[in-house]
Amino acid sequence: MSDAPEPHRDIDAHSGVETTGHEWDGLKELNNPAPRWWLIVWMLTIVWAIGYWVVYPSWPTLSGHTKGIAGWTQYDKLKHEQAEITQRQSGWLGKFHKASFAEIKQDPVLFEFARAGGEVVFKENCAACHGAGGEGRRGYPNLNDDDWLFGGTAEDIYNTINVGSHSTHPNTHAVAMPAFGAVMGREGMLTPAQIDDVATYVSYLRQPVASAAFTRGQAVFQQNCVSCHGEGGIGNRQMGAPRLNDAIWLYGGDKATLVQTITKGRAGVMPSWQSRMSDDSRRQVAIYVHSLGGGE
Amino acid sequence: MSLFETARKIYPRRVKGTFRSLKWLSMIVLLGLYYTAPWLRWDRGPHVPDQAILVDLVGQRGYFFGIEIWPQEVYLLVGVLILAAIGLFFATALLGRVWCGYACPQTVWTDLFVWVERFVQGDRNARRKLDESPWTLEKVWKKSLTHLIWLLIGAVTGGAWVFYFNDAPTLFSDLWHLDVSWSVLGWIIALTLSTYFMAGFARENVCTYMCPYARFQSAMFDRDTLIITYEAERGEPRGKHKKGDSWDGKGHCIDCDSCVIVCPMGIDIRDGLQMQCISCGLCIDACNSVMDKIELPRGLIRYDTESNQRQRREGYRTLDIAHRKSGKTVVPQQKMRWVRPRTLAYALILSTVGSLMLTAIVLRPMTELTVNHARAPQFVRLSDGSVRNNYQIKILNKSHDDRAYRLSTQGLSQARLEVLAAGDEAVETLHVPANSVASFRVRVDTPEATTHGRSDIRFLLSDTRNPAQNPAQNPESARHDSYFIR
Repeated sequence: MSDAPEPHRDIDAHSGVETTGHEWDGLKELNNPAPRWWLIVWMLTIVWAIGYWVVYPSWPTLSGHTKGIAGWTQYDKLKHEQAEITQRQSGWLGKFHKASFAEIKQDPVLFEFARAGGEVVFKENCAACHGAGGEGRRGYPNLNDDDWLFGGTAEDIYNTINVGSHSTHPNTHAVAMPAFGAVMGREGMLTPAQIDDVATYVSYLRQPVASAAFTRGQAVFQQNCVSCHGEGGIGNRQMGAPRLNDAIWLYGGDKATLVQTITKGRAGVMPSWQSRMSDDSRRQVAIYVHSLGGGE
Repeated sequence: MSLFETARKIYPRRVKGTFRSLKWLSMIVLLGLYYTAPWLRWDRGPHVPDQAILVDLVGQRGYFFGIEIWPQEVYLLVGVLILAAIGLFFATALLGRVWCGYACPQTVWTDLFVWVERFVQGDRNARRKLDESPWTLEKVWKKSLTHLIWLLIGAVTGGAWVFYFNDAPTLFSDLWHLDVSWSVLGWIIALTLSTYFMAGFARENVCTYMCPYARFQSAMFDRDTLIITYEAERGEPRGKHKKGDSWDGKGHCIDCDSCVIVCPMGIDIRDGLQMQCISCGLCIDACNSVMDKIELPRGLIRYDTESNQRQRREGYRTLDIAHRKSGKTVVPQQKMRWVRPRTLAYALILSTVGSLMLTAIVLRPMTELTVNHARAPQFVRLSDGSVRNNYQIKILNKSHDDRAYRLSTQGLSQARLEVLAAGDEAVETLHVPANSVASFRVRVDTPEATTHGRSDIRFLLSDTRNPAQNPAQNPESARHDSYFIR
């Protein structure tokens, strides 16, 4: 703010503002500097950054990164926060641990706690096959409907989660639909014509029609299928034999799929989860699946 | 070549006059409001805070006298912000930067801090002398006392702020026992320091360098906006004047610099309208008192409009300069043009947004229903061939009483509805406690082959005590449209 310009200063005649001395084609750059406090703040941020480097992990090195004197890491932070969450949950978990399914059902808050936990466990472990909302897909049962292979009470579901199907568990559900057709050089139990008839019969079980194929198929069914699928295809949960007179099909209810199923057989696999997650988690998942809509 | 602009310290001199009094008044009213508002009580019944103005972050409610805002209604806050912005534009188009000069917290607190400075250290010259003097005992105690009072004001400012977010009497006693959370303490410390630095040190630099409003205000100006003007035609050529001397060939400005040394922004208004000018009018007070002393008409510096000033300039050209001395020969102030397209437009927007806001607040439903259709799976086929869709519904009961509702559907004739409360319990009546949100899971089943593709479905919620389903007839009812898929 001195009045007289110093000799080396170049003052722009038009605006009276000092120039930087840079000139392009006769145009000069005016020098309108930032206020000092701004500059000081900028320098302070640099000082802050240097302090930060000392205290916190910051610079990459060949074998990792500088650690900082505070010893702070994201892993520690995560561990700390997880411990906090476990601590917060422990009250409810303790209560849940001791309660039976019936007792849990009596306590709406405890039930919602179990259901919320079960949903998380389900999404992490079960959704890969059964879908994010338990909607299932071909060969993997939809858990939202009211059709259950091995029973739909919370206890039944819990048991199925424990033992799996065709799993390594000693008590696994291990029922397979045998192949009735000629496969791998073995002679079939039924001829292709019989299979065609019985497929026709099964596909019309919900709305029976009077036709020769239906009647022929009924006879084949009585001889070969009733022992597992029951009279009129009502299914058998003891065996894990699906109900055939409902609207729900695990592999498909069209004739071509039925022919394929009868000819080649089916054996769905679900692993046993007993050794893969805690008992609390398995019971939570059972409650969640039971609440999806079809629970009995 | 200098790399940075050095800030020069401004020592505004004390001044008396109309606009100074206005500024004191506005400071007392605004600071009074700020410090006392959290202490106002407003009875809302049991289990609800009785503080008139409260932002309850933990309880997720905003209270403003009779109005209670839920997080879902933050759009009302957007309306308030729009009102504030348009109100500011409107005021600026009419009166120039009155906000800057009288109401901006930066101005008000800076004014208060300068007053403290003057109270302890004396007026302009005394302060300047004190700054230039070596560190004597007097300088030490005067400086420390000033900064101590500044810090105290800052602490009270931060202290008042936290009362808006907590029950003021409770927090006040907690504060005395130092029994407060880190966030409360953090806010008090942050606001203490920011008040101290902003009003004590940064002062006019905030307006000049940091405030965006100061930069874009010119967009709201036109020729009929009130600004602070200096009548060069009357004032120039300026020069010293002795009592009894002739005014022949002289302007009315006696170059006493009063207008410059009272300016809190440190500018010379005689250079014309400047970006730094906050329109506080202190230079007007200073000049008017000088004009009174030398027995010239007031108003050499005044609030005026550009178009008025132009007319007056024309007027002066026709006057003999020797006749200026008489008050009568000063060209009279022209009438203000308040009604202009610009002000009309702002007024229109202001009243539209205002009435929309009012309608929104008055017609605010006391019950809200939201319905979310489940997406995984979109629909479920059941054993008997019927189709089920799952929904998650939320009911907001904003009243202060427990409510019982009944849910029904419209649009699907054969739909069967099942509502599940917490614990997977099927319920007929949906109970929602006072002042809270409740979630329910809803299943809608339709028999086989009664729907196809996507159909519309409407959920209706009615209060069991007053079953009218039309929200216009019954504010305790609500509806929400959704869809059904098979």
